[in-house]
Amino acid sequence: MKPASSTRIVGNPLIPYVFLIPACVVLATFVLYPALKAIYLSFTNFNMIRQAEFVGFANYLNVWRDPFFWAALKNTLLYMVVVVPVLVIAPIFLAALVNKHIPGITFIRAAIYLPVITSLVISGLIWKWVYEEQGILNYVLLASGLTTDPVAFLTDPANALYSVMAVTIWSGMGYYMVIYLAGLQSIPRHLYEVAEVEGVSAWQQMIHITIPLLRPSIAVVTVMSSIAAMKVFEEVYVMTQGGPMDSTKTLVYYLYESAFSEFEMGYASAIGVVLFLLTLVFSLINLRFLREKA
Amino acid sequence: MKKPSLRSVLPLLFRYVAIMIVLLFTVGPFLWLLSTSLKSAGENIFAYPPVFVPQQPTLDNFFRVVESQPFFVYLKNSALVAALSVALNLLLASLAAYPLARIPFTGRAVLFIVLLSSMMIPFQLLMIPVYELAISLGLQNTYLGLVLPHACTAFGIFFMRQAFLSVPAAIEEAAIMDGVSRLRIWWFVMLPLVKPSLATLAVFSFIAVWGDFLWPLIIIDQPSLFTLPLGVNRLASTFSLDWRLVAAGAVFSIIPILLFFTFTQRYFIEGAMKGAVKG
Repeated sequence: MKPASSTRIVGNPLIPYVFLIPACVVLATFVLYPALKAIYLSFTNFNMIRQAEFVGFANYLNVWRDPFFWAALKNTLLYMVVVVPVLVIAPIFLAALVNKHIPGITFIRAAIYLPVITSLVISGLIWKWVYEEQGILNYVLLASGLTTDPVAFLTDPANALYSVMAVTIWSGMGYYMVIYLAGLQSIPRHLYEVAEVEGVSAWQQMIHITIPLLRPSIAVVTVMSSIAAMKVFEEVYVMTQGGPMDSTKTLVYYLYESAFSEFEMGYASAIGVVLFLLTLVFSLINLRFLREKA
Repeated sequence: MKKPSLRSVLPLLFRYVAIMIVLLFTVGPFLWLLSTSLKSAGENIFAYPPVFVPQQPTLDNFFRVVESQPFFVYLKNSALVAALSVALNLLLASLAAYPLARIPFTGRAVLFIVLLSSMMIPFQLLMIPVYELAISLGLQNTYLGLVLPHACTAFGIFFMRQAFLSVPAAIEEAAIMDGVSRLRIWWFVMLPLVKPSLATLAVFSFIAVWGDFLWPLIIIDQPSLFTLPLGVNRLASTFSLDWRLVAAGAVFSIIPILLFFTFTQRYFIEGAMKGAVKG
């Protein structure tokens, strides 16, 4: 078959641009221009009221000196360190679990996917209710003897960040499970049949066949979940508002606060640029993996 | 057929037990929420041990939620914004993707790289300038303000480009020979062939817009224009002490997306497996 790109141009050479204009106008207006503007704003003292004045690297210096920024960065990195491994590993087992045509499997997959389609605001509220001092989770923990006192999931600074992480994990697991399901479909079935004949245990099949052959999917999930963990906002907004004692204040939450509570738009833009650079590092890794795949 | 032996049934049993544990974690919180929303004012929602099935199930909480806040208006807003955004997404993405996949033109490679890099920019970096821009365009507290930033994504363009690339060139060439215009080919020949991809993109963008919170939070402050996530958030901050009402509001906003999901489920799983992942 002839490659598509060899199709000769017939008629007006301007036609391709006509197709492209609507999308390009929207993307230029709502992505490209704002991106450049954000970089510009990060060098100004813009606050929505006064005219933006150029202040050089002052915002970046302030970011560097700001203990709240470092605390937020630390929270975000801790978030990634905990959430990413869980979201990379647990869904592999989930996918293996539901990658079999057993009765009810469609319903089961859908039920695992349910948190993914639920808006994060709702998920945050659901878990806030589950986490209540006299709530259902504390009842389960007390009744099973795992704890002797109710756990202050969201009100103890030592616990709050981890409690919020659990919600991010809950919301994302089904999504990554589907990605792995796709990966599993491409593993030749006969590999497992041979292993079965050779008497290789299910666990060893997992370690020696499934996980190595899922490597491309694992790479994609690693980068996607890293970027998602870096941008966490809704869960924090609904459940803790960054508290208690700033223990759940993440980078994006701090950025939101600086911009829309303090109206320090210039300063917030500088945080945004830092966030962008962090995302860029992960996206470039992502691209490299994708290129290796192709 | 052999009779199933214990050796062959046992692994299946283990599998179902493991699945039940997973479901307890994924679906359990939803059921607890539903149970809370159905409990009457006379029932202690903090009872110890907790009561899973409401003693006198009632829809009272739902009526109170709808009376205290315009939840049907929120629902209408959410549906309208999602529908408009999805329609624009499909139109703009499939228009732009067509020449990127099928017509060589000057600057195609450059444009492709620019689009690719725009996918890496997090919305959180953009939101301040977009907010400023939206205000200067008079888009604050308007449907258009909610929709426009969602109207086109580079991801959508890539997704549709991928779909067009998989259509055999011969089909299109026959039409070109006959002198059919590109726009007609796009509409009458290409689009019908990529319908499954359009459906998948529609479903994914619907979910993204439906659940969006940060942008509506910034650009809307009039309750009459609230989408469901904003509405539930407002409900939660007004009635933070009455979890029955918060639960009812949350259930109210989950039901539509649950119905949507039930009817489009195959596009999630199959679509994600075929294209969304590989992009």
